[in-house]
Amino acid sequence: MQPFIKSTGLVAPVDRVNVDTDAIIPKQFLKRIERSGFGQFLFFEWRFDEQGAVIPEFNLNKPRYQGSTVLLSRANFGCGSSREHAPWAILDYGFNVVIAPSFADIFYNNCFKNGILPIKLSEEQVDDLFKRTEANEGYKLTVDLENKVIADDQGLRIPFELDEHRRQFLLQGLDDIGLTLQHADEIAAYEAKNEKRLANVF
Amino acid sequence: MFEKIWNNHVIHSEAGKPSILYIDLHLVHEVTSPQAFEGLRMTGRKVRRPDLTFATMDHNVPTKDRFNISDPISKQQIDTLTANANEFGVKLYDLNTIDQGVVHVMGPELGLTHPGKTIVCGDSHTSTHGAFGALAFGIGTSEVEHVLATQCLQQSKAKTMKVNFIGKRPAGITAKDLILGLIAKYGTDFATGYVIEYTGEAITGLTMEERMTVCNMSIEGGARAGLIAPDETTFNYLRGREYAPQGDDFDRAVEQWKALATDEGAVYDAEVDLDVASLVPQVTWGTSPGMGTGITSIVPYPEQLPTENERKAAEKALEYMDLAPGTPMSEIPIDYVFIGSCTNGRIEDLRAAASVAKGHSVSPNVTAIVVPGSGRVKIQAEKEGLDKIFTAAGFEWREAGCSMCLAMNPDVLQPGQRCASTSNRNFEGRQGRGGRTHLVSPEMAAAAAIKGKFTDVRNWEFKSEVTA
Repeated sequence: MQPFIKSTGLVAPVDRVNVDTDAIIPKQFLKRIERSGFGQFLFFEWRFDEQGAVIPEFNLNKPRYQGSTVLLSRANFGCGSSREHAPWAILDYGFNVVIAPSFADIFYNNCFKNGILPIKLSEEQVDDLFKRTEANEGYKLTVDLENKVIADDQGLRIPFELDEHRRQFLLQGLDDIGLTLQHADEIAAYEAKNEKRLANVF
Repeated sequence: MFEKIWNNHVIHSEAGKPSILYIDLHLVHEVTSPQAFEGLRMTGRKVRRPDLTFATMDHNVPTKDRFNISDPISKQQIDTLTANANEFGVKLYDLNTIDQGVVHVMGPELGLTHPGKTIVCGDSHTSTHGAFGALAFGIGTSEVEHVLATQCLQQSKAKTMKVNFIGKRPAGITAKDLILGLIAKYGTDFATGYVIEYTGEAITGLTMEERMTVCNMSIEGGARAGLIAPDETTFNYLRGREYAPQGDDFDRAVEQWKALATDEGAVYDAEVDLDVASLVPQVTWGTSPGMGTGITSIVPYPEQLPTENERKAAEKALEYMDLAPGTPMSEIPIDYVFIGSCTNGRIEDLRAAASVAKGHSVSPNVTAIVVPGSGRVKIQAEKEGLDKIFTAAGFEWREAGCSMCLAMNPDVLQPGQRCASTSNRNFEGRQGRGGRTHLVSPEMAAAAAIKGKFTDVRNWEFKSEVTA
C-alpha cells in the first residue's frame, strides 16, 4: 500500500448526510473481479442520468472541482453495505482524503486498508469548510498526517484526532496481514488450545 | 456477553494497538471475495483454515432459470467463486445443492452459527448471526483476505449498548416492526461504534428466526454487531443441525453457552429504550431506513423536523420518493412487492405472508414475487403448500437468492416503480435506478400486494388459517 504522509489538493463538496455505499458505487458495478477501475462509476447515479448524460449540477461534474483529492461530506458517511468497492472507487477517482463529521464503521475501517485518510471534524468545522469551498473557486487543503493538521493557504489551521496505530499504519503503508502473521505462533497456540471446540467437540 | 466472547478470542493485545481476534467461522460469497483470493495468489498465501470457511453464491443468482445467467459479468463472478473454492479447498454450496441460499439464511440453517462464536463475512448483514449470541459482523474485502490468510482480524474493541424493548409485543406487531421502530426513533447512526445487546420480554419471546430479523438490521442503526443472549429457543433451534455439536457434545456445549449471558448488574457504555406496547406496523417513507413511521401515520412535513440536515435530507428523500408531506401512509399505491432477503426470507416469514395471502388475489396493478432465502426454505415451503397459496393468489414463486434486495441480478425495479419490500435498505437506487423502496414486514408486504397500497395488517381479513 502507498504510504500517506502529506497531500495538497482541491476540495470537492458532496453536501448530503448519510451518503451510503450504494450511492458511492451502485451495485451493478460490483461485479468486476479486480480492485481497479471503479473510479469511473463513483457516485454514478448522481453524476449521470438514466441515458448516461452528465448531470451538470452535481458538484463532481463542475469544471471547478475537476482533479479534486479531498472529498468533503456530511455525517454518517459510508453507511450501509460493507462493499470495499466504495473506497476503491473513491481512490481510483482521485481522492485520498475524506472529511466528514462521522463515518460508518466498516467504511472507515476499509479506508485505511487502501491508503485513504478519513478525517472526522466537528459539525461546525465541516460547515465552515463547506462555506470556504463554496466561496473560493480552486479552494485547496493541505492534509499533513505527520502533524495531524489540515491547513489552507489563507491561514486556516485545523488539528484533527486520529488513533495512533492507524496513523502509523498509513504513514508507513503497512501490510496488516504481514503484521498479524508475526504472531503466527500465538495463532497456532490458540488453535491447539481450542481445537476440540473448533471441531465441535465439547 | 460481548466482553466474554471477545476475551475468549483475543490471541494478542498490546496497549495502543488493535487486538488480534481469532475468527471461528468465515462465510464467503461471490461479490466481496474475488479480490481477496487474488490477493492470496499474489502473495503466495493459503487459506489457513478451509475447514472454518464456507462459501455460497447468492447476490448474482437469478431467481428464475437460475442456471442460465445471461449477464456475462455475473456469470464470471459466480464462476470465479467456484474456481477459488476449488483451488483453495473451501467448501462451497453452489447452485446444485439444496443448501445454497442467502449466506445469512444458509449458515444458521446448516447449524454453523453457534453461541459464543466469532463470525465474519464480507457482508454487512453478518450481524444476523448475533441472534444466537455470536459476535458476528461484516468486513471489507481486504479483511476477507486477512481472515483467509490468518483466521484472525485486527480489531479495536467496540463499546457496548443495551437496547431495552419495554413491554409486551402487541398482536400484529412483528420482529421487523421492532427493529424498524427502533431505527425510526434513534436514526441510522445511533449505534455507530457499538455492539448492541437486545433485551426485554419482547426479545426473549421471539422465535430464532424472528431474532435473526432483529439482529440483521443492527447495521442499519450503525452498530458493529447485535447480540441476543442464547436460551432454550436458541438451543432447540440448533439441536440436530448438520454442523451443530452432536449427542453429548451438544449437551456440554449448551452448558458453556448458558454461561455467555451478560452477568447481572453489568454496566453498558450506553442504553436506549423502546416502548413496544405502543408500536404499530412500520412502513418507511424515505431513502434511509431511519425514515419510517407507523401505517396509521402520515408522510412527515420536512419543515417540522428538528435539524437543518434532517430537513434537507427529508426534502431530498420525498422528492426521490415522489411523496407529498401529509399523505396518509395507507394511501400510498404500490407497483411491486418483494418478499424475501436475509432479513425476511425464512420459512416463518413465508408462512406469515402466506397466511395473509391465502384466499385473496394480488391487485391487478401489482407484480409480487416471493423469493425463499435458501433451497431448504423453498423445499419446506413447498412441502407445506405455501407455494400453491402464493401462486393461487397471483404471487410469483421463485428460486433462492438475494433477488431484489439489492438487484445485482435480473430482479430490478424500473425507474419510478414503487415497491413494498421485506428487505433491509431503502437507499436511492438500491432496488434499481429510480426505484422507490418502502421497508415493511412480510405480513404488511403481502397485504399491500393484495390491496395495491399499504394497509394496516392488524385489521386484515384472514380467509383461513395456514397450517404448517
